[in-house]
Amino acid sequence: MKLHLKIKRFNPEHDKKPWWGEYDLDVEPGDRILDALHEVKWTLDGTLALRRSCAHGVCGSDAMRINGRNRLACKCLIKDEIKNGQIVIEPILGMRVLKDMIVDMDPFFAHYRSIMPFLVNDTPLPANGRERLQSPEDRQRFDDSTKCILCACCTTSCPSFWARGEYIGPAAIVQAHRFIFDSRDQAAQERLEILSDVDGVWRCRTAFNCTESCPRDIKVTKTIGEVKEALRTGVIA
Amino acid sequence: MAHYHQFDALVVGAGGAGLMAALYASKSVKTAVISKLYPTRSHTGAAQGGISAALGNIEQDKWEWHAYDTIKGGDFLCDQDAVDILCKDAIDAVIDLEHMGLPFDRTPDGKISQRRFGGHTNNETKQAVQRACHAADRTGHMILQTLYQNCIKNDVKFFDEFQMIDIIMDGNKCNGIVAVELSTGETHVFHSKATMLATGGFGKMWKITSNAHSLTGDGPAILLRRNLPLEDMEFYQFHPTGVYRMGILLSEAARGEGAVFINGKGERFMEHYMPTLKDLAPRDICSRCIYQEVQSGRGIDGKDFVYLDFRPEHINKWFEADGNPKRIDAHYLETRLPDIIEFARVYLGVDPITDPVPIQPTAHYAMGGIPTNNNAQVLADESGNLVEGLYSAGEAACVSVHGANRLGTNSLVDLVVFGKRGGIAMAEYAKNASFHPINKETVHQYSEDSLNAIRNSKGTERPAAIRKELQVMMDEKVGVYRTGAGLRQALEIITDLQARFKNLKIDDRGMKWNTDVSEAWELGCLLDLAEVTAAAALWREESRGGHYREDFPNRDDKKFLNHSIVWKNGKIEIKMKPVRITRHQPVERKY
Repeated sequence: MKLHLKIKRFNPEHDKKPWWGEYDLDVEPGDRILDALHEVKWTLDGTLALRRSCAHGVCGSDAMRINGRNRLACKCLIKDEIKNGQIVIEPILGMRVLKDMIVDMDPFFAHYRSIMPFLVNDTPLPANGRERLQSPEDRQRFDDSTKCILCACCTTSCPSFWARGEYIGPAAIVQAHRFIFDSRDQAAQERLEILSDVDGVWRCRTAFNCTESCPRDIKVTKTIGEVKEALRTGVIA
Repeated sequence: MAHYHQFDALVVGAGGAGLMAALYASKSVKTAVISKLYPTRSHTGAAQGGISAALGNIEQDKWEWHAYDTIKGGDFLCDQDAVDILCKDAIDAVIDLEHMGLPFDRTPDGKISQRRFGGHTNNETKQAVQRACHAADRTGHMILQTLYQNCIKNDVKFFDEFQMIDIIMDGNKCNGIVAVELSTGETHVFHSKATMLATGGFGKMWKITSNAHSLTGDGPAILLRRNLPLEDMEFYQFHPTGVYRMGILLSEAARGEGAVFINGKGERFMEHYMPTLKDLAPRDICSRCIYQEVQSGRGIDGKDFVYLDFRPEHINKWFEADGNPKRIDAHYLETRLPDIIEFARVYLGVDPITDPVPIQPTAHYAMGGIPTNNNAQVLADESGNLVEGLYSAGEAACVSVHGANRLGTNSLVDLVVFGKRGGIAMAEYAKNASFHPINKETVHQYSEDSLNAIRNSKGTERPAAIRKELQVMMDEKVGVYRTGAGLRQALEIITDLQARFKNLKIDDRGMKWNTDVSEAWELGCLLDLAEVTAAAALWREESRGGHYREDFPNRDDKKFLNHSIVWKNGKIEIKMKPVRITRHQPVERKY
C-alpha cells in the first residue's frame, strides 16, 4: 500500500527550528511504523536519526508521537495507524530534542534514579542460603509495575509534566510502586517521602494519558492512585 | 584531541554479563560501564522463558543433571570443567538475583517457581524436569532491570550511548578502548588496567532473526581486526519458534507449558523424531525437524512454516496423551506467557488462545565468540596463552559452556555466572597492576580515521542495501542446513560485499547523532564476522549441534571433537583446540 509519512525533522548542525519532512513509500499494511522509518532512512535519507533496538516492544528505545499519541514505533502497525494515506511522526513532548526523534533522556533517568529504584532489605539473609520467601499473592501485588520498560511514553504524554518538567512523572512513580508494594522491601516510607514532595505524586491530575499511552498496558493511573492512597492513609496495602 | 578517562576496570556492554561484571568489579576497584545503548535497552531484556538452576523447588533435581543435559545438548563440544562451574554456580547465582530483588514467580510455599524447558531432564527417568526459574515470560527483562537497579544502588559509573570503535593494545596487553560519544561524535580514550568486552551477539547478519538491530558483534569484530582469534564461529543457534516472516522470538517456555508443533497434516510431528522429549527436544533438533517437514511438503498449506499450538484444550489433550495429570486454561497461559501471547496478537493478528501460531526458525544465538578461560580472561591462541588485561563474558564470549548447541535458559545462566567471575577476576588483577602507559596523542587516530572514512565516503552503495544482501544470502547459505558448495558461494559473495563496502553512499556528514555512520560501521563488523562464520562452517566437515552439513551428515568425533579457532589477518586461518572432557564421553544424541 502507499503511505505518505510526515516526519518532524530537526538537525542541530543545520536547522534553527524543526521542519516537516514528507516521504512517499510503498509498504506492507502489516509492517511496523519502525519499518517505514527505516525505509526512509535506508533508501531515501540517511540523515534521519532515531533510537531503536529490539524492534518488538520490549527495550523501550523508540517511543515517539504517532498521529499525536505516544507509541513505540516497533509496536504499532501501519494498517492500524494510517489515516487518509498518511501517518504523522514527531518526537515525544516535554524533552529537549537532540536530533529528529532523539530527545535528551537524562532528566527522565534522573527522576527514575531519585526514587531509590532498588530493593532495600537489611535483615539477615535466610540462614539456609536460599531465597527469601514470598507468597504468590504478595508477588502478584506489584506485578503490573514490574512490566515497565522506561520508554517514557507515559511521562511525556502527561499534561502536568508538559507544564512542569520538574514533576517526577508517571514512570518514576510506577518504578517506586514496584518497590513500595514488594513485601520484601523496607524503604517504602523513604520513597513515599520523596514522592510527597511538591514535584511528587500530587502533581498527577488523573488525566489518564499515561495509562492510554503505556505500550506495556500497565494501569499507570491506578498505580499512581495506590501510591497517593498509601501517602494519604499511611497504610501500604 | 580526544577526551581522556582512566578507570581500573572497564566494562563494554550493559547487558546481563556486563552489569554483573560491573557490580562485582566495582565492589573493590574504580569501574565504568560503556554502552552504545541506555543499559535498560540491552537485549538481555528480551530473554523470556527462564534461567535454569537445579534448585529442586518443585521436583528432585541435581546440578550434575543440569551439567550432563548441557553437555549432551551441546553435542559434546562443551568444555566439561566449565559446564560444571556453570551449573553448580547457577544455584547461587539465581539465589543472588533473588536477594538483589528480582521478582521471580513463586510456588504456593513461597519459593522460586520453576518450569520445564527444552533438553532439561531428570537424568534417571529421561523425562523433562522443572528447572527454569521464571518471572512470567519476561525473565530477561527482570534480570536486566534488577542488575541495573543494583548498579545504581552501588553507584557504578555509566557512559551511556558511547560506542566502542577500537581496543588499545600494546603487544599482548590490552590497555583500554577508544569510543565515540554518539551525541557529539567526539572521541574518548578510556585507559584501563582491566577491560571486559560484553557486547553481545551478532544475529543481524541474518534476515530472519530474534536479535535486536544493535546486535552487530562489535567486540568480536574489533578483536579480529587486532589479529586476535574467535572460537567456534560455525556454531550459531536457529531457534525453532520465531514469528513467521519477522523472526520475533516466541519463548520455548510455551512448549515448557505444553504447546506442541503441528504440521500441515495436523500431526504432532516431533513424536516421530524424538519420541521421549518430543516438542521439548533441544533447539537445533527442533529447527531441523521443522525444515524436514517443510521440505517434505508438510508445511502449513505446503508453505515454509508450521504451527506452534498452545490452545488450552489442545494442550490438555496432549497432556492426557502423555499421561500428564496437569490441566490448564486460558487464564493460566495469560499469566505464565503474557508477552508472547501479545506478540502473536500484535504482529500476526493471531490469538494463540483460539488459533495456532505460524512459526519458522529464527537466527538467535552465537555459541561461538571470543575465546576465554573459566575466569573470563581472553585467550590469544589455541594453546591457552592469555591476552593480559582483557576479559569477555556473555554471548560475545565462548568459554565454551554451550558447545555446538545451547540449551534454552543457559544463556542467562552464562551471563550471571561468568559475568560475576569476570568481574571478580578483573578486580583482583587491577588491584595488583599499575596503568600501562599509552600514547594519548595517537591512540585514538585509527578510530577517528575509520569513522571519518565512512563519514566522507562519496560512493554509490547504500549500507542498507549491502546489509540486506548479506542477510538474505546468510539465510540461504549459512542457515540451518549448509553445504560445501553453498558455503564457498557465501564466501565469494561476502568478499564482493566487502569490496562494495569501500564505496559507500553516506548522506549524513555531521558529527552529532550520526547514525548513518554508526550503522555503516556496524555493517563492517557484520561482514567480517559473516566471513569467519562461513569459513569455519566450510572447514568443519561434519554435522554437530547447530552446524549441519548436508554433505557431511554425521558427527565425526575422530577428526572434529575440537573447537575451531579462527584468525582473519589478511586471510583466514583456522586451528583446532581439543575439547576438555572430564566425566562424559560422547555418545549418540537421542531424546
